[in-house]
Amino acid sequence: MSVRNSASQMAAALANKEISSVELTNQHYEQIQAVDKDVNAFLYLDKEGAIAQATEIDKKRSAGEKLAPLAGVPLALKDVLTQKGVPTTCGSKILQGWRPPYDSTVVSKLKSAGVIILGKTNMDEFAMGSSTENSAYGPTHNPWDLSRIPGGSGGGSSAALASFEAPLAIGTDTGGSIRQPAAVTGTVGVKPTYGGVSRYGLVAFSSSLDQAGPCARTVLDTALLHQVIAGFDPKDSTSINQAVPDVVAAAKKQDVKGMKIGIVKQLSGNGYQKGVENKFNEAVSELVKLGAEIVEVSCPNFEYALAAYYLIAPSECSSNLARFDSIRFGLRVGDDGTKGAEEVMNLTRQAGFGREVKRRIILGTYALSSGYYDAYYGSAQKVRTLIKQDFESAFEKCDVLVSPTAPTTAFKIGEKANDPLAMYLNDIATIPVNMAGIGGMSLPCGLAEEDNLPVGFQIMSPAMKDDRMYLVGGALEAALLSKWGKPILDFAPKLAGSK
Amino acid sequence: MSLNYDQAIEKYEPTLGLEVHVELNTKSKMFCGCATEFGAKPNTQTCPVCLGLPGALPVVNKKAIESTILIGLALNCSIAPYSRFARKNYFYPDMPKNFQTSQYDEPICTNGYLDVEIETDEGSKSFKIEIERVHMEEDTGKSLHVGGNTGRIHGADYSLLDYNRAGIPLVEIVTKIIPKTGKYAPQVARAYVAALRDILRGLQVSDVKMEQGSLRCDVNLSLSRVGSGKLGTRSETKNVNSLRSVERAVTGEIIRQSDRLEQGERIIQETRHFLEESGQTRPGRSKEQAEDYRYFPEPDLVPVVPDSKWIEELKKTLPEKPADRRKRLQSAWSVPDKEMAAMVNAELLDTVEQTVLLGADATKARSWWLGEISRIANDRNVFPTDLISVKDVAEIIALIAKGELTDKLARQVLEGVISGEGSPVDVITKRGLKVVSDDSQLMKAIEDAIAASPDTAERVRGGNIPAAGALIGAVMKATGGQADAAKVRELLLKHLGQ
Repeated sequence: MSVRNSASQMAAALANKEISSVELTNQHYEQIQAVDKDVNAFLYLDKEGAIAQATEIDKKRSAGEKLAPLAGVPLALKDVLTQKGVPTTCGSKILQGWRPPYDSTVVSKLKSAGVIILGKTNMDEFAMGSSTENSAYGPTHNPWDLSRIPGGSGGGSSAALASFEAPLAIGTDTGGSIRQPAAVTGTVGVKPTYGGVSRYGLVAFSSSLDQAGPCARTVLDTALLHQVIAGFDPKDSTSINQAVPDVVAAAKKQDVKGMKIGIVKQLSGNGYQKGVENKFNEAVSELVKLGAEIVEVSCPNFEYALAAYYLIAPSECSSNLARFDSIRFGLRVGDDGTKGAEEVMNLTRQAGFGREVKRRIILGTYALSSGYYDAYYGSAQKVRTLIKQDFESAFEKCDVLVSPTAPTTAFKIGEKANDPLAMYLNDIATIPVNMAGIGGMSLPCGLAEEDNLPVGFQIMSPAMKDDRMYLVGGALEAALLSKWGKPILDFAPKLAGSK
Repeated sequence: MSLNYDQAIEKYEPTLGLEVHVELNTKSKMFCGCATEFGAKPNTQTCPVCLGLPGALPVVNKKAIESTILIGLALNCSIAPYSRFARKNYFYPDMPKNFQTSQYDEPICTNGYLDVEIETDEGSKSFKIEIERVHMEEDTGKSLHVGGNTGRIHGADYSLLDYNRAGIPLVEIVTKIIPKTGKYAPQVARAYVAALRDILRGLQVSDVKMEQGSLRCDVNLSLSRVGSGKLGTRSETKNVNSLRSVERAVTGEIIRQSDRLEQGERIIQETRHFLEESGQTRPGRSKEQAEDYRYFPEPDLVPVVPDSKWIEELKKTLPEKPADRRKRLQSAWSVPDKEMAAMVNAELLDTVEQTVLLGADATKARSWWLGEISRIANDRNVFPTDLISVKDVAEIIALIAKGELTDKLARQVLEGVISGEGSPVDVITKRGLKVVSDDSQLMKAIEDAIAASPDTAERVRGGNIPAAGALIGAVMKATGGQADAAKVRELLLKHLGQ
C-alpha cells in the first residue's frame, strides 16, 4: 500500500487488515514531511489528534466493530472549516491563534465516519482568490510545476491530493474554489448542490454561494467522501431536507448510453486556451463513443455572471467579515490601554486583512450603500435569477451540461497577482453554477499540448441531481484511463523526496 | 421667551410616533438554543451562534415567530404570507456579528391599529393609533463602561461585555405618525404604551417589565405650527423606561422644541436620552446624515412563510381584548368609570378579578385591594400582591360576609397575615379575634352603657335615633371591638323601645 493509491484502495486494504490506520496515517505524514516544504499545502498538522483518531479506529476494527467505508483513511481539511481545538485561520492573519470551540458539521460527520483529519490546508484568505497567492501564510505550489499556482482558493487541498500528501480533501466552492484547483492539479473536485452539505462551521465568505464539497484523485473516492459529508443539518437553515442522491452507485455505474449532454456555447471560444479546448473536445468525443448524445445549448445570461458575482459575493462578504473586530477572538492590534474600542477595531482590521479581502469589503460596502443598492446588489440578484432560468431551460434539453472548468491551465505564481480582473476571469466557467445553486464537478481530461499541464472537464447537474455528475464523470474517467494507460498524476514530474 | 406647556400647545401641534421594543419570553434565543433567563451570571448563556463566532449559523426560533404573529393579530395587522430577515450592518462592540439580524422591507405584520382611551376633564376620549409594522429582530449584548464620569463608552477606563442578552428575541412595534392629539399628546402616548402592554401581557408573550427593559419605548416627536399643515423635524427619545416617563418625555420634548422654535432655531434631527430626574432629554446621536445600515436580505435564513391554517389556529387562541374585558368586568361589577380607571391604573384589575373568582363580592374585593392593602403597600414601597395572596384576601372577605369578622377585626387579621403569622384562620386563633355574638354578653355591655349615659339613652327613647351612636361606640369599646356593630345597634334600639 502506498500513498499513491486511491482512497477506496486504502479503505479496502484497511478492511482486509493489510495495513493499520496508524501505519497509513504515518505514511502520509512522512510524505508531507518529504514534500510539503516545496508544496506548502498545509498550514497546520494535527499529528497527535490524527494518530489518536487512527488508533481508535484500529482498535474498533480489531474488536470487529462495523466501520464506515472510509474509516481510517486520511484527509486534508481546508482551513476554512472549524475543527474543535485545532487552529482555524482561513488563510488570514486576523484569525491567528484562534482555536474554535466547536466542530463544523462537516468535521463531525468526518469524525463519526472515522475519517482521519491530518491537518488544515492553505487557501486564499477567506477563500477570496483563484491561486492561493492571497494566503497570509505564503502561496502553495502546484506539484506539476512548483513555479505555478495550484488554483484557488482551495489550492492547499488540491495540491495535497496531487502530491500524495492525502488521498481525500475537503474544499469549499463559492465561485469555483473546489473545481478550478482540481482542474489545474489534475484531481477531482465536486461542488454539491447548494444546501446539499451543511455550511455550519464553514467560515462564511458569501453565504448564498458558499458550499463545502469533496475532493480526491478519483471520481469514486470523491463520491465516497460526498456520501459522508452530505445531508440535511438542522443547524443550517439553508440545508436541504431531502435524501442524498446515491452518488457512489452512480460513480460505479459507468453507463452514459442515451444520456443527453449539453455543451454550453458561451463557455468556450475567446479567452480559452487552445490546449484546454482541444482536451475538452477530445473528452466530449469519448462520451459520444460511450453512447451519449451531444446537444448544444445557449445560456445567454452567463455573459453577466462574472459581473453579478463580483457584486453579490463582495456584498455578502462585507457583512460576513464584519465580525472580525478583535473583540471576542483572533488578532488584536494596538490595544495599549490608550485607545478606544473603535480605534483598536480599525487597527486590527487594517493589519489583519490582506489586500484582496480589503478590496472586496470595500466593493461590497459600496454596492450595498443606500442609493446604490438597487443599481448594484439589486441588479445582480436579477441577473442571478436569469442565470437560473438559463440553466432551467438548458436542463429541459439535456441531463447534464459540460464545459472546460477553467479557461487556462495553471499560470505562473505572480503572473496575475497585480491584475485582479485577469484573476477573476479564471472563474468565468465555474461561477454560473454557484449563482444557480446547482452541482458542478471537475475531473481531469488530459494535458494541454502547449504546456503539458492538466486540463479540467466540468460537469454540471441540476439541483439535487448530483448523482448525474458522478455517472458521467465515472464513465469518462474510465474511458480516459484506458486511453492513457495510467492515471493522469503518473504523468506529473516526481517531487523531490516523494514516494 | 420660553412658553409653558399650555402656551406651547396653543401655538404648536405635536405629531407623535412610537416605537416599542418588546423582549419575548421564549425559553431560548431568537437564533440559537441558549437560555434567556434575566439576571444570570454574565456570559453564561452564550454559544458560537449568539457570540457570532466564525462559521456559526442562525436558525429561527419558531416560538418567536408564533409570538410575533399573535402580537400582529392582536393589533389587527395583516400577517405577511412571505417575509424575510435582513441584516442591519453597523459596528458596535456589544453586537457580536457587527450586524443585527432584523427585518427591513418585508416585515411579518403590517397595517394594524389599536384603540386607546384617555380620561380628560371633558370626559373620556378615544384615539385610533395606527400600526405601521410589527417585526422580529435580535437583541444586542450589554456593555458596562467602567471608570470615567459618564458611564458612557467615551472616557471609560475599560468596558465589560455581557452577551447573555445577545440574540434574545425582540419584537419591534412601530406606529404610523399619530397626528392631532393636541394637548393630549403626552396622555395618548402613555395610554398607547399601557394598552399595548396590557395586550402583550394578555398574550403571555413577554414579561413586559419596563424597569427590566423587557418593554422599551422610543418616542418620536415633532412640532408644527398650528394650521401650517407641515410636519416639523422630529427628535427620537430612546429607551424610555416607564409609563410615567413616556408621558413626561412627550411633555418635555414639546416644551424643549417649542422653546427652540420660539428662539428662531431649527430642530436637529437626532436621538435623545431621557433623564429620569429632570424629565428632560439630552442629545445623543445626530441623525442629520441618515445612517446607512446597508440592509440586505439575510442569506443565512430562509424566508418566513407561515401556513395560513396555522395563522387561523393562532387567531382562535387570542385572548379577550383588554378593552373588551374591562368593559365586561365593569358592567358585571357595576363599577363607576372613575373607580374602574383607578383599578386599571393601579394594575389591580387582574387581582380583583381573581379575588372575585374565589367568591368575594366585587365591591368588597375592590375596596380591600385598593384601600387598606394598597395603603400598606405604598408605605412599604412594594406591590399589593407582594404582601398578601389573593386567596387570603378572599378568605378574609368571606369571614366578614359570614359575620365571623367585623371590618375592624378584619384589618387586624390582614395585618397578622402580612406580618407572617399564617393564614387568616391562624391569625384569628392565635390572636383570639372572635366576634362577640353571645346576646347575653352583649346585653350586659348595653345595659352598662345605658347606665353610664342615662341622658343619651333618654334621648334615644324619645326618638333621637342618631344619638344611639355614642352608646354603640361605648359598647364596641367595652367589647374590645369584637362585637358586630350592626348586631349591637339592633339590640340597643330594641332595648330602648325603638
